[in-house]
Amino acid sequence: MATATLARPSGAPGFRRALGGIAQTLLVLWVVSVVSFLFLKFSPGDPVTVMLGSDFSKDSYDKLYRDLGLDLPLPTQYWHWLSRFVQGDWGTSYVSQQNIFEQAVLQALPVTLTLAGVSLLIALAVGIPLGVLAAVRRNSWIDLAASAVAIGGNAFPSFYLGVVLIWIFGVSLGWFPTMGFVAPWEDFGQGMWHLALPALTLGAWYVGLIAAVTRSSLLEVLEQPYMAAARARGEPEWRVIWVHGMRNVAMPLVTVIGLQLGGMLRGAVMTEVVFTLPGLGMMITNAVQTREYIVVQAGIMITALLFILVNFLVDQTYSILDPRLRRHGR
Amino acid sequence: MAAETLIDGAATERPRNGLLRAWTLLSAQRKAMAGGAIVLAFVFMAVFAPLIAPYAPTEQNVMDAMQGPSMAHWAGTDSFGQDILSRVFYGARSALWIGFASVALGLAVGVPLGVLAGLRGGRTEWGIMRLVDGLLAFPELIMAMAFMAVLGLGMANVIYALALSFVGPFARMVRADVLQVKARPFVEAARLMGVPERDVVLRHVLPNIISPILIQAGMRVSIAILLGSGLSFLGLGVVPPTPDWGLMIAEGRGFISMAPWMSGMPGIALAVLLIGLNLLAEGLRDALDPKTRGDR
Repeated sequence: MATATLARPSGAPGFRRALGGIAQTLLVLWVVSVVSFLFLKFSPGDPVTVMLGSDFSKDSYDKLYRDLGLDLPLPTQYWHWLSRFVQGDWGTSYVSQQNIFEQAVLQALPVTLTLAGVSLLIALAVGIPLGVLAAVRRNSWIDLAASAVAIGGNAFPSFYLGVVLIWIFGVSLGWFPTMGFVAPWEDFGQGMWHLALPALTLGAWYVGLIAAVTRSSLLEVLEQPYMAAARARGEPEWRVIWVHGMRNVAMPLVTVIGLQLGGMLRGAVMTEVVFTLPGLGMMITNAVQTREYIVVQAGIMITALLFILVNFLVDQTYSILDPRLRRHGR
Repeated sequence: MAAETLIDGAATERPRNGLLRAWTLLSAQRKAMAGGAIVLAFVFMAVFAPLIAPYAPTEQNVMDAMQGPSMAHWAGTDSFGQDILSRVFYGARSALWIGFASVALGLAVGVPLGVLAGLRGGRTEWGIMRLVDGLLAFPELIMAMAFMAVLGLGMANVIYALALSFVGPFARMVRADVLQVKARPFVEAARLMGVPERDVVLRHVLPNIISPILIQAGMRVSIAILLGSGLSFLGLGVVPPTPDWGLMIAEGRGFISMAPWMSGMPGIALAVLLIGLNLLAEGLRDALDPKTRGDR
């Protein structure tokens, strides 16, 4: 989505740009809702049979069929589904007998967001200094090490890294718990202790990426005349790099973080399963295994909404981070 | 997806006779060469698995279960007494097949869609691009998982599910490139001369967008292999007893303290192959993309 907005002709003022972005986002939301609806419609299995169990009469089948509105035309069914969905009425899980909205939004989502957030913080805390060092000491051993971390971290499968970390720090050394989730807002120390290995697993993948982007954008920025100007003014080197340089690295960094959200979600799903964290990934994986399509659908919708929201925010951040874009678009 | 922005930005100037130039530049790239050698080794492993594997991949020998590496079993055995080295060799088949087939299928659908959208413009473009936006709104792994739920497990369905998640990125990138090529004088000239549209596409447009497509495809292969083995790891992909690295890692996970080689051997194989593919793809990008050339 970011690329689509960027590719649009220049000259649109910020306000109209934002409005266009919103319109496009709404359109995507609509497509997403139709696809999710059709997913449930065309998934194998008959919801009536599932709800009634194995023993039922023809009459009770027909009654429930009508009660569920399955005799109505598809667009009407879609409308009914959408209005219920928007109101948070997502149905009840056949397996856990739980309200799906509660299960997905109130229980699973916070776990996934916490995992992703902590991982991102770790990745930024390690990745940015690594990238800056690699750029400033170009072609030194630290540059080489950073690029090795970038390639290795990007390629090393997160679920296998998780297994290895469990083996070393969980089982052999016994330093960290290998499973379970404790909410950091209830017990911060316990929460972070339980999150340590999962967040390290997920964050490792991001470190390389963040370091690589920081390095390459900073290298580009270092050649800009305003950097030489800052040096000529006699500003100390740390100020030149961290204030004048990093301000211009922020945008590519935000772009990459936003664009790689898919990778983050992919990693989060795997990480949650490896460490049995009760997040969205675990929820969707279990639902696919038990063929509970209505929960899968909730998972698809919620991840897609998350995805769209972040992309939209990333899009809007450009003009905040880079004032040059505000004046003449792009 | 980060690659798209890189490619979009660099698409204006691109080497002319693509493939030949790519090869000469590529051979100058040590990174690509190292990656290529790794990938070739795995291709060799996959193709000649029946010849080089010391045992049949599904041959169970319960007496020899969970043994560490030894002369008889170089990489040890798993909980069924299957030879892990043989399974790693055969697993290369499943990994590479999933990687290349899903990307090829994604290209086969995504490239025509992108070309159509870019060339036709108007309502066709609008319709296709909104569809692509919708596809791209779903995180790739979640979409693949949902599809596995509907289609059922198995290797063919893994390939379909992954291919579907690649259609969006390919179509969007190709459209952007076609728009840039279309604006160039030689395409306009060909059209004015009355060259049929099919020939304009085949002779003038496609040759000029082939290198960004190659770069993107190269990167997607490693993502496809990662996702494919990830699906198997989650129990939503290839089914046992097919030798598959993701499955093997999942099986070995429970025995990690007693028999670390069970998940270690396929895990290392997967990591090395992915590093090889990434190096190759990065080398390819450096060679084909004038913007990043000369860096490193």
